[in-house]
Order: sequence, then structure tokens, then C-alpha cells
Amino acid sequence: MSKKTLFDKIWEAHVVKEIPNGPSVLYIDRQFIHEVTSPQAFDGLRKRGVPVFRPKQTIATADHNTPTINQHLPVKDELSKNQLDKLTQNCNEFGIELYALGHPKNGVVHIIGPELGITLPGSTYVCGDSHTATHGAFGSIAFGIGTSEVEMVLATQCLMQNKPKRMRINVNGKLNKGVTAKDIILYLISKLTTGGGTGYFIEYAGDTIRSLSMEERMTICNMSIEMGARGGLIAPDETTFEYINGREFAPKGEAFEKAVAYWKTLYTDDDAEFDKEYNFDASDIDTMITYGTNPGMGIKITGKIPTVDDFENDSEKNGLLKSLKYMDFHQSEPIMGRKIDYVFIGSCTNGRIEDLRAAAEIIKGRKKADNVTVWIVPGSKMVEKQAIEEGLDKIFKEAGIEMRQPGCSACLAMNDDKIPAGKYSVSTSNRNFEGRQGPGARTLLASPILAAAAAVTGKIVDPKEFL
Amino acid sequence: MEKLIKIKSTCVPVNIENIDTDQIIPARFLKATDKKGFGDNLFRDWRYDKEGKLKPEFPLNNPKYKGQILVAGKNFGSGSSREHATWAVAGYGFRGVISSFFADIFKNNALNNGVLPVQVSEVFLKSLFEKIEANPDLEIEVDLEKQVVKMGGMAEHFEINEYKKECLMKGYDDIDYLLNIKDEIEAFEKNRAYFL
Ligand code: SF4
Repeated sequence: MSKKTLFDKIWEAHVVKEIPNGPSVLYIDRQFIHEVTSPQAFDGLRKRGVPVFRPKQTIATADHNTPTINQHLPVKDELSKNQLDKLTQNCNEFGIELYALGHPKNGVVHIIGPELGITLPGSTYVCGDSHTATHGAFGSIAFGIGTSEVEMVLATQCLMQNKPKRMRINVNGKLNKGVTAKDIILYLISKLTTGGGTGYFIEYAGDTIRSLSMEERMTICNMSIEMGARGGLIAPDETTFEYINGREFAPKGEAFEKAVAYWKTLYTDDDAEFDKEYNFDASDIDTMITYGTNPGMGIKITGKIPTVDDFENDSEKNGLLKSLKYMDFHQSEPIMGRKIDYVFIGSCTNGRIEDLRAAAEIIKGRKKADNVTVWIVPGSKMVEKQAIEEGLDKIFKEAGIEMRQPGCSACLAMNDDKIPAGKYSVSTSNRNFEGRQGPGARTLLASPILAAAAAVTGKIVDPKEFL
Repeated sequence: MEKLIKIKSTCVPVNIENIDTDQIIPARFLKATDKKGFGDNLFRDWRYDKEGKLKPEFPLNNPKYKGQILVAGKNFGSGSSREHATWAVAGYGFRGVISSFFADIFKNNALNNGVLPVQVSEVFLKSLFEKIEANPDLEIEVDLEKQVVKMGGMAEHFEINEYKKECLMKGYDDIDYLLNIKDEIEAFEKNRAYFL
């Protein structure tokens, strides 16, 4: 038998049919939908006159457009309200379970799948959202799709896909104190660049990855797309099984035992071949932060902003200059010590309970700096509930920060949480593109602990000093 | 979907690399619930200033440049999976995009919407930009059947998946195909893992 990668094993188990000289027909176990990328798909179904093929295999939530305060009041923005209403109508009409605004299971789509036990190893997941890669942390194939493809999965539970190439990134060794999963992924993107993963599906492996919690693994897989990859995955292990066990929609009792027995076969065989492989040493990784307008523009917190001489070709040099102009930064300046205006802790990258706990640990007993506005946004109602049970909201409150209600919030400038033009925002989300957090907003991506340290000092500081 | 066999047109050059989907269509324009009107906001923040006035220096606002083909710098369409980016490109009137590299999701979305992504070599792209600048009235021909892009004496072959090519040329889409093999999908489902 030929040696197989984890990716191959899951892929092959889902191929319904290969089209000669064409893509494969891939079976999708679960689809997640949200208000922004689904309305046109439902319209498409109506136009074709076809029903949803397997309504029980699609789960809907409202997250991108939702306000993060006063969720009990009607949504003010007309267009947002229209999109949210459309989602409700569509789910009712086509028989899809919806966790609407205010529902106890509502939250950011990539947070709720795992916490409800919907995301399981060895399965295939799609969503009209590129950060679907998050679910790969369970050892599943999960990736973002466009609206035509959302329609395709609603209509047939299948997708036409060309098999991506396979890449493995090994990280081995012990992490330095205060270095988080977010730092690992920002480091990897800075090394591989935003195009380095294009055409690939990435498996993250090595003992450093193995040592991470499920939530940390999700942070890593989440940002695979920032390397251009279709997705990322991590082989399931005891950490995975333990996380899944007992969650609402996960298999129970004997079914769970049987599932685990199968999941244990999901690993990359020794000597299986990858199209590309990289090795990194965990001890080389330090606290990271981005200075530019793509997620590959990350440096060590103690480092300096690069100069054009650090880049070889003209396009990279021009890219640097264009970014620095937008950010109003200068070549070879240190990044540490700069004043900032906003802090956003949340998103599907870092809006889980462990992220809020890590932030609370730094914020505890300190006060929010006067010059910053701080938004701490749990990723879901369940995260919010847990945070309140643990008293994290009180810790924030004592520091002068009101914890907000769940949603995508300032990750993307679609709802009311926008960073004003020209302002600097330390954000735990995943994208620092021009205008991502609001027209003219300047985003610096970092870990929750760096963001928390920035919240209490009003500037970019090394969070290790606060641990 | 409209059939696409050949595009012959002048081009609009946007010589910027790594154009991401937030630049193609900023998130604040994603609130529509149909596919119409996105073309007006294509490259919104590069085309218009804060007061909503056209920025004359941006190529789409330059009357010299028009046509059905967008020529863009390397790595076009990275970022989010929003198909709105393709609807904006298509809605503006482009039927093809030429670049030396496309982000995966954008490429898929484009093909599903009858927009042809044409990936050429960097050398070819560079001379394309030079020629368009020298003579904005020059026409490019993209021949899908022969998989060749031609312009002012230059020609280059481009790759496209056989199946996708057939879909574009016949004007049908993946959903039509899948709806036709429903029996096979149902047969496959019988053997799925029991815990799902
Ligand atoms: S939190 Fe951000 S990246 Fe995640 S789903 Fe929401 S908008 Fe997308």
C-alpha cells in the first residue's frame, strides 16, 4: 500500500467521483452559512427551482453584520437588518437550523462549530468564508468557498474541487516564555509570505504543534489562508478527543468510542510524500506584530521595521513603501513604544475563552490607558457565558473596559465597530489589509496578550514584561 | 451563464501587485442580498476619494483606458472568499482578468461566474503593461478555445482546466453537472462514516 498523508486519507474518503481531466466531486459533511455570503445562493436555488438537498447538514449563524452592544434591540443599520432578516427567511423556507442573533448558540461561525461538537476529525467542512480553515485543527478538511459554491453545496452537498498540493510545516522544540500560537502563525506567514501557501493544503506537525491546546491549534489553522493556502490541518490526538468528548452534537458513549477508534487512523504515514516541506525551530520564534498592510509583514516585537534593502525585487520594495505610507511608519524604526488608539481582542482567530483568559491575566489589577478605546468581544454566546461565569468581565470592568457581545465586530468593517481613519489598532484578528477595520484604519496584528498589554499601556509593548 | 469563447478588446491596466479582495470590493459594500450593482464599487477606495469624487489618477477613471479585460499585477484576488469580488469585476463589465498569478478562491469564483482568469508569465505581463501604456487603443485577443492570449505581435499560451473550459464555452455550470449525478451522490452517502 502506498504511503498516504493525513490530507489524502480524508480527501479520498470523500471523493464521490473523478471527472476525467477535471476536478473531483467532493462530498461535504457539513456546511456552515452566515448572512453575508448566503442570500445570493438561496436566490440561485429558487431560480433553479431546487430544494436544499440535505438541510440537516447545514448550520446557520448570524455574525458578520451583527452589533456587539444592545443585541436585544432591533438592528439599526437597514442594510444589515435586511441581510439578517433574509437569512432568517431563507433558513425557515429551506428548513435549516439557525442560531440567530441572541440565540444561546449564536456566535462567529468558526467558533461555534468546534464548541458545539459539530466539527469532528476526518470530515469535510465548508463555509462561504475563508477562515473556515479554522476547523482543520481537528484533523478535518475545511476550507472557504464562494457563494456559487455555497449554492452548489446547498443543492447537492458536493463541491467540484481540484486536489490541492500538499505541504507540511514542522515546528519542533520548546516555545519561549510568553510566545503564543498567534506568534507562531504570524512568524510562519512572515517566513513563507502571503503567497507561499497558494495551491497547497498545509499539515502542521512537530512536537511544538502537538503540545498546543485545541484552541491554540485553531488559531494556527485559522490563518493558513493568510499564507494563500486552501486550508490547514493538524492530525487528531488525545487533546482533540478530549476536547470533543461531551460536546453537544458530538457522538456519545459507544458511538464516541467507535469514532475515536477511526480517528486514531487519521495521521500521515511515515515516509508519505509532500509536495513541499518546511522545518522550523520553536526557539527561534519571538512575540510577533505586523507593521504593514498584509499579514506577511510581521516582525519580532523587539525588531525594527524593514528597509527597502531587505527586499530583493522591485515589487516587494514598492509594496513596503506603499504599506509604510498607509501606516505612516518609516523604514528601520523600532515598533516598540509607539502609541496606539484602539485595541480589539476577539474574532475567529482569538475570540475563544483561552484568549479572553490570557488577556484578563494581564489586565487584572491594571487600568485601561486613557488614550485607548478597548473592545473585548467574545467569539460566541457560549464564550461570553463562560467568561461571565469565570468573572473575566469583572476584571475587564475594573480596568474600565466593558466586555461586548459576540460577533465578528472590528475584524472587518461591516458592522458598527469600525476603527476611524488614521487611527492605530492593535488587533487579535487575522487581516491588516488597507481599510479592513474601517476606511483608513491602521491595523497591527498581534496576540491577545500583546493586545492586552497595549490596552493597559496605550502603546506597543512586549507582553512578556507583564507575565 | 453566458458562453465565453473569445474576448477581443482593449484593456484597463491596474499595475498593482497583491490586489486583495478588500481593495476589489470593501466589506462595507457586502450588504446587498442580490448580485447587482457591485460594479459601481469595484476598487471603491482607489477610485473615489473620501468625498466620493473620482480620483483622476486611477486607471479606471482615465478615459484613455476601457474594455472588457482587466490587466492586473501579480497575485490578484487574495484575501477573503467573498464572491462579491468577482461580481464587482463582472458587474463593471470585465469578462477576463489577466495577471501573472491568481489567488485560488478568486480563480474558482471567477470561473463560476463566467469571468476568465488568464494567467500569463511575468515577462509577458510586464510587456503587456508597457504596450498598453504606449498605446491604450491596442486590442488584446484571448482565445479560450486555443488557450492563447495575443497582443501586438506577442502571443502566449495559458492553462485552464479542461472541464472548466468546456463549462465556459458551453455556458453551463457545476451545479447543472452535479444535479445530474444525484444518484451517484446518494449511493456515496450510504457508505459514509456512521457518526456523521
Ligand atoms: S471574525 Fe473576522 S475572519 Fe472570522 S469569520 Fe468573522 S469576519 Fe471573518
